[in-house]
Amino acid sequence: MDAEARQGARQGRRAIDLYLNIILLVFVAATGIAAVWLRNLLASAMVLGIYSLLMASLWVVLDAVDVAFTEAAVGAGVTTVLMLLAIALTGRREKRARSRPWAPLAVSLATAGLLVYATLGMPAFGSADAPAQLHVAPYYLRHGEAETGVPNVVTSVLASYRGFDTLGEVTVIFTAGIGVLVLLGSASRRRRNSATPAKGDSA
Amino acid sequence: MMFLAAAGALIAAMVLALARAFAGPTVYDRILAVNHIGTQTVLLIAVMGFITGRPDFLDISLLYALINFVATIAVLRYVKRGRSTADKES
Repeated sequence: MDAEARQGARQGRRAIDLYLNIILLVFVAATGIAAVWLRNLLASAMVLGIYSLLMASLWVVLDAVDVAFTEAAVGAGVTTVLMLLAIALTGRREKRARSRPWAPLAVSLATAGLLVYATLGMPAFGSADAPAQLHVAPYYLRHGEAETGVPNVVTSVLASYRGFDTLGEVTVIFTAGIGVLVLLGSASRRRRNSATPAKGDSA
Repeated sequence: MMFLAAAGALIAAMVLALARAFAGPTVYDRILAVNHIGTQTVLLIAVMGFITGRPDFLDISLLYALINFVATIAVLRYVKRGRSTADKES
């Protein structure tokens, strides 16, 4: 009786997960289309922030809490601020395109179709005998804490087992950050330099 | 059951905020919509935690609330500065 009730509860939970997934995916698709549709770039940046928040809730529903947290911090926080800085340097309105961009649309639709086709060959979500669960994951789960001394498995994999990979990632992000800083800094310096001689001329 | 009703209400509120974000004539409508969606996300994560029987999601939703606040402040600062210097467009 108890087991039956527990199974019923689990099925109900799975149904809730399914409905939430569908609703959130519809929201995500709507925000994506709106971000492309809007001509006001500031509004597009805001809508992209909403997109990141929705993706973060989707990750939480899929049980990937660490990924969700990164998505919320980077996507909704840092990226929005960077977009706003870029808009401040360029302009708030998108120029109307001369030609209809059919070729890029076709390429992205074809890529999306290929990706959806590829998901058909994937093992079912959360299935225990998927290759990803059988390769190194059991070893990490069994020996991770003893070998690295980190209680969180995700952290032990990222910081110890794949330490070099993470080091490379950090290097890439550091380089990208320096590049962005150089771009933003040089643009604002140029603006200041072009502003000061004009003032000197008029005086 | 109560949590399911709460989740439904949160989804409905999300729909309304999304509509405001897409249609909103001024920037402030959209900033408010983003902030609102962030709050809905926080609450949805909390409700999801209780539905699935893992209330430890509450910590994560608290962190989300912090991020949401910081992002809104940053955007508002930018808009204020842009308004005061050069940008005449609303």
